This record gives sequence, C-alpha cells and structure tokens, in this order.
Amino acid sequence: MSTASSSFVLEVERLTVSFDGFKAVDNLSFYIEPNECRVIIGPNGAGKTTVLDLICGRTKATSGSVTFKGRELLSMREDQIVHAGVGRKFQTPSVYEDLTVFENLELSYPKGHGVFGALTFRRDQAVRDRVSEIAETIFLADQLDEKGAFLSHGQKQWLEIGMLLIQDPELLMLDEPVAGMSVAEREKTADLLKRIIEDRSVIVIEHDMGFVENIASRVTVLHQGKMLSEGSMERVKNDPKVVEVYLGH
Amino acid sequence: MFDGYSSSELVAIFAMQGFAGLILFSVFVLMALGLAIIFGQMGVINMAHGEFMILGAYVTYLTSIVFADYAPAFFEIYFFIAMALAFVVSGALGLLVEWAMIRHLYRRPLDTLLATWGLSLILQQIFRSVFGAREVGVTIPDWIMGSLPLTDFIEVPINGVFVMVLAISISLAVYFMMFRSAWGMQVRAINQNRVMAGATGINTEWTDRLTFGIGCGVAGVAGSAFTMIGSTGPTAGQLYIVDTFLVVVFGGAGSLVGTIASALSISQAQSVLEFFLSGSMAKVLTLLTVVGILMVRPQGLFALKLRK
Amino acid sequence: MNATSNRLFSPAEFVGLAVLAVIIFLILPTALDNFRLNLFGKYLTYAFVAIGLVLCWGAGGILSLGQGVFFGLGGYCMAMFLKLEASSPENTAIQSTPGIPDFMDWNQLTELPWWWEPFHSLTFTLIAVVAVPVAFAFVIGYAMFTRRVGGVYFAIITQSLAAILTILIIGQQGYTGGVNGITDLRTLNGWDIRTDSAKDTLYFVNGGLLFVCILLAQLIRKSKLGRILIAMRDQENRVRFSGYDVARFKMFVFCAGAGFAAVGGAMFTLQVGFMSPTLVGIVPSIEMVIFCAVGGRLSIMGAVYGALLVNLAKTTLSESFPELWLLGLGALFIGVVMAFPNGLAGLYAEQVQPRLASLWFRMRGTGKPEDAGRPAAPDLEVAE
Repeated sequence: MSTASSSFVLEVERLTVSFDGFKAVDNLSFYIEPNECRVIIGPNGAGKTTVLDLICGRTKATSGSVTFKGRELLSMREDQIVHAGVGRKFQTPSVYEDLTVFENLELSYPKGHGVFGALTFRRDQAVRDRVSEIAETIFLADQLDEKGAFLSHGQKQWLEIGMLLIQDPELLMLDEPVAGMSVAEREKTADLLKRIIEDRSVIVIEHDMGFVENIASRVTVLHQGKMLSEGSMERVKNDPKVVEVYLGH
Repeated sequence: MFDGYSSSELVAIFAMQGFAGLILFSVFVLMALGLAIIFGQMGVINMAHGEFMILGAYVTYLTSIVFADYAPAFFEIYFFIAMALAFVVSGALGLLVEWAMIRHLYRRPLDTLLATWGLSLILQQIFRSVFGAREVGVTIPDWIMGSLPLTDFIEVPINGVFVMVLAISISLAVYFMMFRSAWGMQVRAINQNRVMAGATGINTEWTDRLTFGIGCGVAGVAGSAFTMIGSTGPTAGQLYIVDTFLVVVFGGAGSLVGTIASALSISQAQSVLEFFLSGSMAKVLTLLTVVGILMVRPQGLFALKLRK
Repeated sequence: MNATSNRLFSPAEFVGLAVLAVIIFLILPTALDNFRLNLFGKYLTYAFVAIGLVLCWGAGGILSLGQGVFFGLGGYCMAMFLKLEASSPENTAIQSTPGIPDFMDWNQLTELPWWWEPFHSLTFTLIAVVAVPVAFAFVIGYAMFTRRVGGVYFAIITQSLAAILTILIIGQQGYTGGVNGITDLRTLNGWDIRTDSAKDTLYFVNGGLLFVCILLAQLIRKSKLGRILIAMRDQENRVRFSGYDVARFKMFVFCAGAGFAAVGGAMFTLQVGFMSPTLVGIVPSIEMVIFCAVGGRLSIMGAVYGALLVNLAKTTLSESFPELWLLGLGALFIGVVMAFPNGLAGLYAEQVQPRLASLWFRMRGTGKPEDAGRPAAPDLEVAE
C-alpha cells in the first residue's frame, strides 16, 4: 500500500545501527525515486555496504525505518524482502560453484520458492526461454552447461547480475559491480548496467569516478556512517565538505 | 519436607549440598578449560578430549605405582609430579595429533569432529589393551583423603578443596596465558584473521600446534585431578564429552568468563535438582534446559556482537 | 539441455542400483543361512539412516549426530505396539498386574501409562513410527534453523539430544524397559515374527522398503530442491537473497532424514526383535554417520553400500578379533575423512569407472577414450 503523499520507491529514515556502541550507520535518511540510479560513494569504512546490508535484511538495524513502496522492510526476512522486489548483488561475486550457469539462473527464476514448490518444480519451456534470454544479456549464452566454479572473475560478476535480472526486481542494489574487472570487461559491464537500470531503481556502490559520472542520476556521499553530501555529481564534486574528506587528510 | 531436622542440621545439609555443587563446578571447569582453549580459540572440535583426560589419569596412576615402589618416602607429594607429567604427556600427544591430523582439517570443522572421534576410539582401545578393561583406582596420599571439620555437623573433604584450588589456579593460569601474554595475543589474532596474523610475522602453524597441545595438556591435568574423586577406565572419557561441550558452548565460545559462568550454573542446577529428583532425571532436566536455552540463544551466555 | 541431470539415475547409479537389487534379492537369500540373512536384514535397517544422512549431511551440509534418536523413536514406537500385543492378560497371567508389559510389572506399575494406550492400534503405531520422530525433528529444526544455528553447533546439540534421550530411557525403566530396552516381542497382529520364515519375509519387506526410500531420496535430490540444497551448502546467503527461506529447506531435509531413520528403526525392531537404548545414544548415532561417510556422503547408493559393508566388517572382525574392531573403526573414521572424503562412491567414480569405461570401449573397438577418462556423474564428483 503506497501512500498518496509519497512518490518514492524507497524511503530510508533515521537509519541507525550500532555494533557494541560503534555506530556504523548513524541517523541516515535518503529517498530513492522511481527509475533513479543512486550512487553511494565514500571513503573506506563509511558504512556503504552496511547500508545495503540493512536494506536487504542481512544486518538488523538498531533503529530507524526503511520503507519500500510503503512496506516496512526492517521487520521482514531476507527472502521476503527479495519477494517484495529488492535484489542485491554482493561485493565479492557469489555464485553457486557446484551448479551450472543454467542451474544458477534457474534457481533465481521467480517460481517454486517454497519447499513443495521446489519439489514439484518442472523445467518447462518458459523457464528455458527466460534463462536463455538472460544468458544472452550477460554474455554467457555459450557457457550454460559450465559449472560456476570454472567461470572467470568477470563472468561470475555477470552471472550474479543475471541471477538478479531473472528475479526482475524493482530495486536493484549493486555493491562495486566493476571491481576487479579488466578494462574490456569493465566496459562491457558498464554497457550491461546501463541497459538494465533503465526500467528500475538502482542503488550502486562504486569507487570508480568515471563510471559513477557515467551512470548516476544522484550521488550520496557517506562519511563515518553519516550523510555528508547529496545531489548531482557536479554539485557533490564541488562540495567543500566532500573535498575535505577525500583530500583533506 | 524439612520436618524432623533441627536448624543446625538443615544448615549442614545445605552447606554440604552447596559444597557438592562446588566440587561438581570445579570438575566442570577443569574439564571445560582445555576444550575452551581449543574450541574457543581455534574453532576445532576435539571429540577425543575425554581420552586426553583419561590419559592424564593413567599417567597419574603409573606415577603413583612408581613412587610407591621406588620412592615411598616421597609418596606424600607424588601427586604434584604426576600432574606435571600428565600435562607433559597429554600435551605432547596433542602436539603430535595436531601435526598428523588436525592441521590438515582446519577448513573442515565437521570432518575434524569425525576424525577426532576416530582418534578417541583408537585411544580407548589402546588404554584397554595396556591397562585392561577394568577400572583402576589410584592410591591417594592420606593427607588428601582426610576431611576438615568446620562445625560439629559440617565436614569438608580435602580432596574436594584440592580440586577447587586446582580449578581456580588453572583458570587463572589460562586467563593470564590467553589474555595477558604476548602468546595469547597471537592466538587471538590468528583466531580473528589468520591471513593477516601470518602477514604480521606470527608463526601461525606453530601457534596453532602449541594451542592445541596446551589445551590437551590442561585436559591431562584435569584427568589427573579426577583420580582423586573417581576411578579410571578406558571408556570413562566418553562420559564427559557431552557435559564438557555443553559447558563450553553454553558459556559462549571464546569467552573464558562465559565458560566458568556456565560451569557454575550447570553444576549448581544439577546438584540442586539432585536433591529433589533422581540423579538421572536431574541430569536430563539440566541438559534439556541447557539445550533449550541454546536453541533460543545459540551464541551462548557471553558473546560479542560483531560487525559482519 | 542438461540431458543427464534430468534423468533420475545416472548410468553409474543405475548400475549400482541394479547390482544392489541382485545382491539383496537374489544372491544373499540363496547364499546365506537364516541366521546370516537375518543379520543382513539388520544391516539394511542402518542403510535407511545412511540415506537420510546423505540428504542432510552430504547434500544439505547439516551434520546430525543424533540420528540414533530418530532411529530409536521409530523403533520404540514399533516395539511398544509389539510389546502390548505380547502382554495380553493370558500371556502375563503370572504378573501381579496382568495385561501390562513385564518390565512395568517388575517396576511396581499397576496400570498402563496413558501414552502407551494408543499403541494398542496398529494403524496408530504405523503413523506414529514416522510422525513422532519427524515431529521431534521439526521442533529441533525449527528452533535451530530459524536462528541460523548450523555446523558444529548443530552437531553438538543433536549429539546432546542423543545423550539426553538415552539417560531418560535408562532412568525411566518402569515406562521404557530401561537399559535392557523392550524385549521379548512375539507377534505382529497375530503373525509370529520369531520364526525363520517370518524373518525371511521381513528381510524382503525390509529390502523393498529400502528401495522405496532410495527412490524417494533420489527424487528429492534430483528435484530443484536438491539443487537448492547444494547451493545452500556453498553459498547460504546467496540462496537467501535469491528469495528462499533457507530455514524451511533445512527443516524439510532434516525431517526427511529423520523419517528415513525412523523407518529403519521400526524395521530393526521387527527384524531383530527388540529395541534398546544402545541403539539411541552417542555411539550408535556417530557410527551411523560413518556408514554414510564410508559409502560416500554425496551418493545415496554409496551410503547404502557403506552401511552394509561397515556392518559386515564389524560383525566379522568383532567376532574373531574384538580388539581389532575398535582400532579399525577408529582408523576408518580418520582415514575416510582425511584420505577419501567422498568415500567408496568417490573412489568408484575416480578410479574404477574410468577404467571400466575404457575397457568397455577397447572391447568394442570403438569410442572415444577421452570420454572414458572423464570422472563421471556430477553427483559423484569431489566437492570440497
């Protein structure tokens, strides 16, 4: 139930998490609009990954609220958050190494997610077609029968992106999607990301400024768990507080 | 239910019951300390822990025979030598086992569990072949077997006091070793980040081996102390395994205070329940409660909340 | 697309299954006397547990050291029914309270405890044999898996449960038969289960049920649920963020394992004629794990062979060299973990199968030796 007053897809309000007194995220609020691509930047330890962990339920928040299309996420389990329409890609590629690319994608196909659904799941034509289509998008059409373990680092990143795409989430969260990639892979990935962010909201954590400028609609700068600055890339770049944090010491 | 007891008798009953609980507590602490080191700091499950204790007990048994035959003049103090020997022998076997087996399995904790179970079977059979299937009793010097009269009704057995003193001193020794020495810092550093610890110049392999050895050595001392309150048989080690693991897990792995607190609560619960119920039901209820609490609070009594 | 993984049994597994059927239903019954065949019937009941462990431990990564609990609960449910039938007032006329089991009478009980009453009914018993252990597994699984307890903690807790149940059964001898267990079982609905012919029949029932369980387990493994289990074992978090409630899948597979073990336990009671706490505790529970490990924790067929072979070795060795057996079993635990983590099935897939295949091609004078060199079916591969 989305309230009429809010046009935002995601509303993060006064979000705080503390680990034994240490506030990794401190009273953070930000809002994501439909089809927006938000990039979160900040120095190491600023709490970027923790913010994504909090939104997708991996870490439990101490206080605050996260509403996705009017639904409170903080009280939901990880899998419920996924079904609500939030997808998450991790920093290090995490694919199922013992399963083939096909099976990796098939597991993310949004059908048969209960115990008995999984027992009776049939690999029908619709599944095959959708998997092939996604495999095409992520440049892995020829590797469908390859086990995850035998893919290159870049291919694993793509596969994980593919696993998210097949879920068709309304909000996609990517944690350093181009880290550790070769220049060629990086360009291919940038292309891929540009295509897939078109019809959904995206939150990206990234260090590569060229890449950020290329894709961001708005940028949020975090520092020590707090919001330091927010706005267009141009505005943020010229914000003296940001310059201070990045260059000051 | 207390009809027919005078008040001084009641005081005596509670004092004795409390004291019995304290002895059980000391026994649990002794059993659990070695395991707390190995499991808490290395994450290794040593199913043969009980057999390392029994090894210490047999070493004590052998020492007592040697002293009785060759140095009867020093029999009164052989126990201290026996405990040192138990530490050395169990510790040495621990080093050997770590080198031959454990170090190959650090990344496979469940497999370590099975392999050390196999080790425990082999040790049991060796004990049986060498010392026979029957339990052996160790001759304890007379001064340990006496008791101290506190009041007219309350008598305190010296062996109980001895076990308690031992539990306290070994706990203190372990505490200083783990939390106040450079070596302890290395062990904890490895526990937290093995690669980084190695990169800062800590010899992780040797530290692991020594940690395992010391844990086994402490088990040996515990076994040595047990000869004062019970007899020693080849399969006695298996009886301790569940209690010991529950004490350590219940306390929260890696927390020495937790281990001691959990030993205290489990032993007191058990000895108080034993006053009202049969021994086996007291044990069932205590263990069930512990398991129940662990299901609700898997991290145990004392655990740090960490940033993942 | 993926033709092999859609088939229920890979060629290697199919051969293993066929050979097993021939051994169980043809060779053993003709070659062995009644006593030995009955003994093999007993081994078969352990194979049920091993199948369950392949699902939980091999596929799901959940090591339970408490399978004896489920084996025992299944077995005790069956034993209670048989005991009540054996304790008819006529049979127990000499007791001070006729009509109740003898051990209750010895312990001065004067009436049947209420929770024994429903076990007068065979239908209730047959349901309880599976339902009681599975319900118990569900409670444990629910408590532990929703709190994300796994690995060694789960192993230790299940082991503690095995210890607790043993102490409880031994301590409450008036209700459970104590350390001797429930013995002197006679008839099943009037059919005398002590005769040689009855034991033979039970052996075949046992074998048949085992094949049903193999089939069920294989169906689970080859379904998408089986692939989710493998995925969970490697990347539990990723499975969560693919939208699966990991705890439910673990509960399901743990309950399934408990169910298989329970059927084995009930068949044990029927085949061997008693049930006692020696089959419930820490030692039998962990031995059941080694049956599975020796055969191969990733292979259902392997686990069945493992259960049969280890038990055969146990009987043979402990009859002639009792000291050697414990040493051998200890060495087996260490050896299988350190040298052959995938057990006999792994050895077969890595060593035997390629040679068989190349032999086959050489005899046919055709074929591609490079194919023969590939180490076979995906489910037999080394996963470490």
